[in-house]
Amino acid sequence: MRVISHGEVLESDPCFAEEVKNHSGQPIDLCYHCQKCASGCLPMGVVGGITPNQLLRMISLGLKDQVIKSPAIWICTACETCGARCPNGISIAAVMDAVREMAYTENITVKGDSALTFHRLFLGDLKSRGRISESFLMAKYKLKTLQLFNDMDLGVKLLIRGKLPLIPKGIKGKIKVRNMFDRSEEKMRIKHRDPCEGRQAR
Amino acid sequence: MKLAYYPGCSLEATAREYDQSSRAVCRELGIELKELDDWNCCGSSSAHNLNHLLAAGLSARNIALAQREGMDITVPCAACFARLRKADHLLKQGGEMKKELEEMVEFKYTGQVGIISLLEAVVERAGIDLISKKVKKPLKNLKVVCYYGCLMVRPPEVRGFDRVENPVMLDRLMECLGADVRPWSHKTECCGASLSLTRVEVVEGLVARLTGAAREAGAEAMVTMCPLCQSNLEMRQKGPGKMPSFYFTEMLGLALGLPDTPEWLGRHINNPAGLINKTVNSDK
Repeated sequence: MRVISHGEVLESDPCFAEEVKNHSGQPIDLCYHCQKCASGCLPMGVVGGITPNQLLRMISLGLKDQVIKSPAIWICTACETCGARCPNGISIAAVMDAVREMAYTENITVKGDSALTFHRLFLGDLKSRGRISESFLMAKYKLKTLQLFNDMDLGVKLLIRGKLPLIPKGIKGKIKVRNMFDRSEEKMRIKHRDPCEGRQAR
Repeated sequence: MKLAYYPGCSLEATAREYDQSSRAVCRELGIELKELDDWNCCGSSSAHNLNHLLAAGLSARNIALAQREGMDITVPCAACFARLRKADHLLKQGGEMKKELEEMVEFKYTGQVGIISLLEAVVERAGIDLISKKVKKPLKNLKVVCYYGCLMVRPPEVRGFDRVENPVMLDRLMECLGADVRPWSHKTECCGASLSLTRVEVVEGLVARLTGAAREAGAEAMVTMCPLCQSNLEMRQKGPGKMPSFYFTEMLGLALGLPDTPEWLGRHINNPAGLINKTVNSDK
């Protein structure tokens, strides 16, 4: 299937809308574009250039590439204003989580946006000890993104005020937490393996 | 009254004063806090952004720990509170998800553990009456706006906290402490949350809108209840004349005359000393 947008012909994935509906459990089709979500969404609408209802429309049209490769999905802060105001009860935050999860499983990277890098480092730190060390996380992020000198002044201020402890805390149940990581990652891989399974005949 | 206390990772680092003030205020109000033994990180935004099952599992483990101890959980951090409530909501709904979480965490969910924010513990369990009797130094002439942020109130069906567009619980508390609480329009707007490191310019823009709206309402300070809101307000405000912001527990510390309050306030990036001196000295 193809979709024509602004004179451009875009490839459409016929299974994408179903896949997002299944993963998020949300009735995307009920959206009638009243834009109550859009009026409450500053990060995505203003900075990201796509309002939540536009994103729902793109999903319905099967524009998988445009959605999961969009920088806007990483600008969404999950503030949940959109869903709280939706007259049709669509939790758009759950839809956002579903598309971000797909982007993550498919190893999509967005040029110039380091949100995914941050989230990966966060989960890595959590997996290793069962808790986050904010000091370690900030340092790792700055190293990884080569922004060592950004926020240096803030880092010093935090350190002086005793807010960046240098010895990270771990928990006794960290093996259990690691097992939870492995189990959930495996489940996620299975879930995202073949969205069109059983539907090819249609 | 005894509650399991879930501080969360921020309260061990950038929000240390929130941890210290929460413990001290609860002690003063007769709420016994027992730190949840061996609690793990809730996964925050990162877990639910990348793996919703892991996000629910991490909080389910904490619920399992509290269940074993037979206590309700109280949470100062809005993000941790939101994640715990979300996992509890999924477990309550039952079905496949509940089964999966029970297997993952190796426990049997009873639904007996209540999860409340620290603000609710203070306002509803200790009570406004008790607090008003204990106020030693009313926060006279301190003009504030109460900033609730996102995660304490949304989504309403999961949080069940106060009113979603115009919550008033913190306003009532601050009035009881004697502050001049200003009505304003940005109580539940987003501060930019975890974009603080990855998209600084977005957070700076959102914070500027918040402080602008607070000034327009005639406030001199903002009162928060989320470590991320507080640190974004403190670290991502640009320009001179930065507006101070405080955790609500620090305001309680000031009004109840708790001796460690200056130490907590000393950890702020935007030094609030001028404003505090003015407030404290105004009733002399």
